[in-house]
Amino acid sequence: MFMFFQKSDPFPGPAPIPEDRLQKFKRKDKLKKPHRKQHKLRDIIARSEDASEMAQKQAARFDLLLPEEAGFLEGDEDEDTCMISQEDIAEAVDITSGAKYFNLKLSQFGPYRLDYSKTGRHLLLGGRRGHVACIDWTSKQLMCEINVMESVNDVKWLHSEAMYAVAQKKWLYIYDSNGIELHCIRKFNDVLRMQFLPYHFLLATASATSFLQYLDVSVGKEVAAICTKTGRLDVMCQNPHNAIIHLGHANGTVTLWSPNQKEALVKMLCHQGGVRSVAVDKTGTYMVTSGMDKKLKVYDIRAFKPLKSYFLPAGAACLSLSQRGLLSAATGDVVQVYKDVCSMPVTKPYMAHRLRGTVWGLHFCPFEDVLGVGHGDGFTSMLVPGAGEPNFDGLDANPYRSAKQRQEWEVKALMEKIQPDLISLDPTELAQVDQATWEQRHQDRVEVLGFDPLAKEKFVPKYKKKGRSSAGAIERRKKQVAHEEQRVKRKERERKKAALSTQKSALDRFKK
Amino acid sequence: MKVKVIARNPDDYVRETKLDIQRVPRNYDPSLHPFEVSREYTRALNATKLERVFAKPFVASLDGHRDGVNCMAKHAKSLSTLLSGSCDGEVKVWNLSKHECVRTFQAHEGFVRGMVVRYCGTSFFTVGDDKTIKQWKMESPGYGEEEEPINTILGKTVYTGLDHHQNDPVFATCGQQVDIWDEQRSSPIRSFTWGVDSFSSVHFNPVETELLASCASDRSIVLYDMRESTPLKKVIMTMRSNTLSWNPMEAYYFTCANEDYNLYTYDMRYLAKPIMVHMDHVSAVLDVDYAPTGKEFVSASFDKTIRIFAKDGGHSREVYHTKRMQHVICIKWSADNKYILSGSDEMNIRLWKANAAEKLGVLAPREREAANYSQKLKEKFQHHPQIRRIARHRHLPKTIYHQTKELRIMKEARRRKERNVRKHSKPGSVPVVSEKEKHVVTVMK
Repeated sequence: MFMFFQKSDPFPGPAPIPEDRLQKFKRKDKLKKPHRKQHKLRDIIARSEDASEMAQKQAARFDLLLPEEAGFLEGDEDEDTCMISQEDIAEAVDITSGAKYFNLKLSQFGPYRLDYSKTGRHLLLGGRRGHVACIDWTSKQLMCEINVMESVNDVKWLHSEAMYAVAQKKWLYIYDSNGIELHCIRKFNDVLRMQFLPYHFLLATASATSFLQYLDVSVGKEVAAICTKTGRLDVMCQNPHNAIIHLGHANGTVTLWSPNQKEALVKMLCHQGGVRSVAVDKTGTYMVTSGMDKKLKVYDIRAFKPLKSYFLPAGAACLSLSQRGLLSAATGDVVQVYKDVCSMPVTKPYMAHRLRGTVWGLHFCPFEDVLGVGHGDGFTSMLVPGAGEPNFDGLDANPYRSAKQRQEWEVKALMEKIQPDLISLDPTELAQVDQATWEQRHQDRVEVLGFDPLAKEKFVPKYKKKGRSSAGAIERRKKQVAHEEQRVKRKERERKKAALSTQKSALDRFKK
Repeated sequence: MKVKVIARNPDDYVRETKLDIQRVPRNYDPSLHPFEVSREYTRALNATKLERVFAKPFVASLDGHRDGVNCMAKHAKSLSTLLSGSCDGEVKVWNLSKHECVRTFQAHEGFVRGMVVRYCGTSFFTVGDDKTIKQWKMESPGYGEEEEPINTILGKTVYTGLDHHQNDPVFATCGQQVDIWDEQRSSPIRSFTWGVDSFSSVHFNPVETELLASCASDRSIVLYDMRESTPLKKVIMTMRSNTLSWNPMEAYYFTCANEDYNLYTYDMRYLAKPIMVHMDHVSAVLDVDYAPTGKEFVSASFDKTIRIFAKDGGHSREVYHTKRMQHVICIKWSADNKYILSGSDEMNIRLWKANAAEKLGVLAPREREAANYSQKLKEKFQHHPQIRRIARHRHLPKTIYHQTKELRIMKEARRRKERNVRKHSKPGSVPVVSEKEKHVVTVMK
């Protein structure tokens, strides 16, 4: 008799996926199962939920194949990371990364504001006294450099590196990447701050006359002009998750705006003095604000609750949140970077750097570990390990795209341009079932028909042969059906009672 | 100090030579792709609009008959062959890929009432107004030979319909009674009657091959089992059915085309109430045929239109019409699920696409994926009002548009009257009869 030695698979079944990775791709909780009799609906829901789960698992598995890893900075045992200087970091890393730390000395044309394009490849600088330059900062190639001969309040890239908007002293100008003036938009006057909503192709501008205006840059029309009646608007930021504009005011409030409403969607009292700067993270969960009362506050923007409050001895004039959640705050001529300020209480900064002039603009570069600082003496690019998202998506923002790829992307992005009516606090509103409209329509239908087509028919027992349809038997059958409804109600009641009874009370010891 | 900064090697992200394809690294993290729902909605809207732009269903018209086309038959084995019989007794065999007629011959004197191709594909049967059943070879006759049927059976009465069994050498005809014939005999092996003097069509069930159904002139549909000696049961409706078609995928469902502008899908086991009432035509429905998938069917109507219905849809998903197409007498859905063939009164057979916006021919893999993605998006957002409005929009000829509105007003009026009668009578004396039950008079065994 000989035995089969069967080798069993030591890892049976498909490879397990770690829970946190699955959580990252989870969209919605499973729906409550519909009534047993609604077969078709149950089928449809079950099938779509299966497909959704499969897609989430596949995406979670694909996460393993991402090529790059995030950066990090760890000091030695007694060394504090905030004491490490930029020069040390630049020497410790390789040459190309070290070259990402550089200073541009431009003391002549005033403090600089800056903007990085969506792919992180191109940098736009705007000096207060009129100097505007756009640079491919990785290769240090100058794309264009002009002096607009007027004071410049803000500069912003439009959807790609082909065009940018400059908010000059009186009006809004749009230039080509070669420096040619394309448009002078006189309707937008006294613009102080601008934000570009990339998926809607909207340029939101905040003016000194308290107007918030939206310009559709693909068709060139003004979509909305909202008179906010809250005074000079010079603190502005966008929530990348739902395209809502956050404005900070001198009375300490932060208001949230969408182009569909003439009134603010939400008004939050954040600080006791004026609000100096606002920043929202890319998932739209946390908002960081800094005010004249020298406080830095972190709010949960989905529930509108304050989470943390820190004391900064000198207040923060500029704030910027990176893709991986690092916060940079600039006070005077010092820039400090904090790690994980939203989730954990923070005692000391992650990194710090002193510059040669007062900081005027602060911006993290999208897919790089770089923080760009515009100050009175020009521009500085700092290395901040762990700031940028290491793996970009080639179909969305690809820093290495060719001209052909850019053209294809532009066409697709324009076709998918979201209409401004869809901007609201909850970006998934379209996916919800509109219960109210259905109920209204159902009521109308009942009125028209005269009876309710969905009402349950009265139970008529089937006539059975061989004496099984005597009066008593029919009554018995009717009772069975009638009691089923009561059974459901009773079960509910008992469930509630059971939930309550598990709670112990002090008088329990007197009960037998 | 330990430090790492993101340092990408451009060689990993840029293609090596001009002849390579571009590298596209992907990251599916949802935080990198905000506004999922809005963007998908916009894409679905674009896809729906493009579908309307590309909806050009008419492919070709087969010209050649000298009288109205009365019946058509699909070849059992070849997708590109179609047989058609006209009202002057002529039978034509068409090659659909070249849009030309391959063979023409005079089969009967008078109308060709029914045609069917044998399951082997080598011969076909026709019945005509001259009370004969003829069997012909599928091959064209050689040079110098004349068109002669393989077999002719003379009957005593006019035969109005014909159908062949799926696997056995048995066929059925209907006229004054439903006869089952064996191919070798010249008299029927069995005849079914049920007190009716004329039957308009007979059809074998493609799945349960021993079952038959026929439409009779007393507004009924009669079901038979070939193995029994008497009919099984019949359902009498309010108006007469012209023809019916069995669902090729589900053995017990059949759809009948009725004179009261509707089609009814019945479950053969429960004939008391139809599964579905399909309403959309504005005149008598003359012919119906199922798609080979069993999920949709197409109906031809006296009101010069063709409508495509989903098997469980109360209203049509598509309507085809042309100024030149007059009353559509017969219709077939091709066996590759892609085309619809309609034969009409003005002597033309028209070839239509089953999916009006579909691109024909071989698609490149990316094209196919893009088409699948658009289709799925349209399905996902089909209930949103803006998308539904665009997807449903069809141009209708003025007569049909006005007729539809008129019929709706009439239906509303009837409904209002019934509601008022119910309101002003003793509660319970006027019962609520559902739309499905309204059209069935009785079921007899």
